[in-house]
Amino acid sequence: MNLFKRLSRRLLPLLAIVVVGAVWITQPLVMVVLGVLLVAWLLLTQGGRQSLAIAWVGLATVPDRLGATSVVVVGIAGVVGVLVALQAMAAGFEATLDAAGRDDTVLVLRAGANAELSSALDRPATALIVQAPGIARDARDVPIASAEIIVVANVPKRATGTDANLEVRGVGPSVWALRPQVRLSSGRSFTPGRRELIVGEGALRQFRGLELGSRLNLNNQDWQIVGVFASGDAHESEVWGDAESLMAAYRRNGFQSVAARLTAPESIGPLRAALAADPRLRVDVETTRSYYSKQSQRLTKVIRGIGTGVAVIMALGAVFGALNTMYAAVANRAREIATLRALGFTALPVVVAVMLETMTLALAGGALGAGIAWALFNGFTVSTLGSNFSQVVFQFRVTPELMLRGLQWALGIGFAGGLFPALRAATLAVTVALRES
Amino acid sequence: MKYLPLLFAALLRKKVRTLLTLLSVAAAFALFGMLDAVRVAFDSPQSMVGIDRLITSSRLSLIQPLPFADLTRIQSVPGVKTVTFASWFGGIYQDPKNFFPNFPVEPASYLDMYPELVLPKEQRQAFLSTRTGAVVGRSLADRFGWKIGDKIPLKPTIFPNRDGSAVWTFDLVGIFHAAEPELRASEKQMLFHHDYFDEGRELGQGTVGWYIERVTDPAQADRVAQAIDRQFANSAFETRTQSEREFQLSFAKQIGDIGLIVKAIMGAVFFTLVLLTGNTMAQSIRERIPELAVLKTIGFANRAVLLLVLAEAVMLLLIGGLLGMGTARLSLPAIRAATSGQFDLTMQTQTWILGLGLMTAIGIAVGLPPALKAMRLRIVDALAGR
Repeated sequence: MNLFKRLSRRLLPLLAIVVVGAVWITQPLVMVVLGVLLVAWLLLTQGGRQSLAIAWVGLATVPDRLGATSVVVVGIAGVVGVLVALQAMAAGFEATLDAAGRDDTVLVLRAGANAELSSALDRPATALIVQAPGIARDARDVPIASAEIIVVANVPKRATGTDANLEVRGVGPSVWALRPQVRLSSGRSFTPGRRELIVGEGALRQFRGLELGSRLNLNNQDWQIVGVFASGDAHESEVWGDAESLMAAYRRNGFQSVAARLTAPESIGPLRAALAADPRLRVDVETTRSYYSKQSQRLTKVIRGIGTGVAVIMALGAVFGALNTMYAAVANRAREIATLRALGFTALPVVVAVMLETMTLALAGGALGAGIAWALFNGFTVSTLGSNFSQVVFQFRVTPELMLRGLQWALGIGFAGGLFPALRAATLAVTVALRES
Repeated sequence: MKYLPLLFAALLRKKVRTLLTLLSVAAAFALFGMLDAVRVAFDSPQSMVGIDRLITSSRLSLIQPLPFADLTRIQSVPGVKTVTFASWFGGIYQDPKNFFPNFPVEPASYLDMYPELVLPKEQRQAFLSTRTGAVVGRSLADRFGWKIGDKIPLKPTIFPNRDGSAVWTFDLVGIFHAAEPELRASEKQMLFHHDYFDEGRELGQGTVGWYIERVTDPAQADRVAQAIDRQFANSAFETRTQSEREFQLSFAKQIGDIGLIVKAIMGAVFFTLVLLTGNTMAQSIRERIPELAVLKTIGFANRAVLLLVLAEAVMLLLIGGLLGMGTARLSLPAIRAATSGQFDLTMQTQTWILGLGLMTAIGIAVGLPPALKAMRLRIVDALAGR
């Protein structure tokens, strides 16, 4: 019986941590409601006011044990900072690619090709595709579609000075109507038929030698950069030129993809059916939204997985640190707590007070970590290898949701690190604690 | 050695505290072990194998193929012992998430170029004589449960089959394994006949992706590389010749600065760790001032007390750190299995050495302030509790 009691005393809090943690991560709203109830209890009942008073004494002594409490705060700040930064990286990459995708534009690739770079469409095929039903036409009755060619050029990166792959996209004349989000921020557009290029702002920032007026060597020919464009999506990592001129430069006679605007999102069905029915074509049709979200999935999944894994291990370390600190804090105040209990305070306010103290420290740590991640990384620009075997430039996005998520973790760690010491404080034998010095 | 019991007594004085500290040290070093394995995999792939190999690709971009005719011209460059070539096929087995590299190669010369790919003799013969034959690495075969004799269909992403079928079919005739465990990454590829590929593809016939050369003297590799590139200077297909290592590094660099990310995370982790263990040590010494004074009273020299406290901190770090790195070592194969071989990391000797160095350094850093304090204790004050 005694053994059972001792065991359950150890196991029950552990079970509580697991249950509360699971609810907290999956159903934060439930916990927020409980939190509100807790605040009401603290303010309205005698026990609540007692807990507040004890917690206040605990927090007031924090400056005296700065070293010990900073373990809790900094430990949790580290976890939250790393978690938020890595999630922000995934969020930024996803947002950049997803912004390039829309429901009313489609991308036509050769059947089986998994990216534009690996696709190939000959001239007759592209002519058939742009004339297919479901593709929108402009005022002059010209299809709003762009047959495009993708090539990759070796250009040194600014940060490292080593060559990286720059995506060069040859576009058709209707591209401005097709991608209205793209606008020139300086210079002018390229002239079809001439060796002129416009460069995306992201590419300009990441690569060396793409400034307005400079020359870029593509397949041993000099191309002049005459403009800079912004689009706020994945296209900003690219350099654009006239498709026909680029094709000539690379001695090719075929395109790689056709991007087109639909008359309405629903018309993808008829378009797909028409292209599938044509025996001269073997192509896949996809909305740009699904194409680009597929491209971002693989990498964001990896980053999110690694980010969470790293944060979990760090969180374990932080829980142990918090346990250590709070045990020490309780031990230091053993006499004080015992005095309170001798005066008639019940166990509950003592538990709540220690928990409140830990959670306050955890919240401070979480806010610190999220704040540091935001200050250091929000808008931080990096690039990585995308699906077209070329660099995709993107920015970290530290969103409010991610920061809240960080605080959620911080409170979870605080709860796990505070519960055992709180119970220890409440179950101290009063006589022993009073006698010990 | 005779002080060992004293050290253990000190560590076991507050068991819960020591245990919790050990566990946080272990968590930090478990993370270090895994992340450093990632860093090593990106920063310094392979070992000494391949120092005499060069890779020639298009100067413009790796996606630009090179003419097949370059083969004989490269062969004639002085200092080049043997040449072979390969291309990127980009075939997909069943689903895009099953990605693995697959290359059309010239079988005999390619296998001679890469002696670390060990293929049984009769399987090698079968590979050479089967036009549709393919060989795969051990881990790739295990991943998909392939056996010799299986037909492997690959969906082309770049090169549709001229015969109009949706897949290229290969006969699995051999399974190779890596000569050394560190080269296990090379077991994840599939090789097949360039002839079969070149005849069956619709575009790019008569070209190859890149050439691989073995040089007679590795010390002369740079000179040979320049000589090869000079051959094709100002031609329509200019080349860039790099050592194999440079070639692989340039890939890793394109993915991003993994090293920097890893260092940033580890910086945050170790900063927290120093704070945590430093605080624990300081607290534990503070509580033991009377005991230390007793030690001094019975004749322990100042230096001995200093060393005792330092040793305690270093030992705490070493036990926790080795525990953590051991956990990391054991969990890497589990991660490998869970991700079906996608994350195949191994902890190299350099990670262990770096880890041990860090444990000692952090141990000294957190142990020194309390150790100095302990050394400077004045016995009378300490015993009097002043």
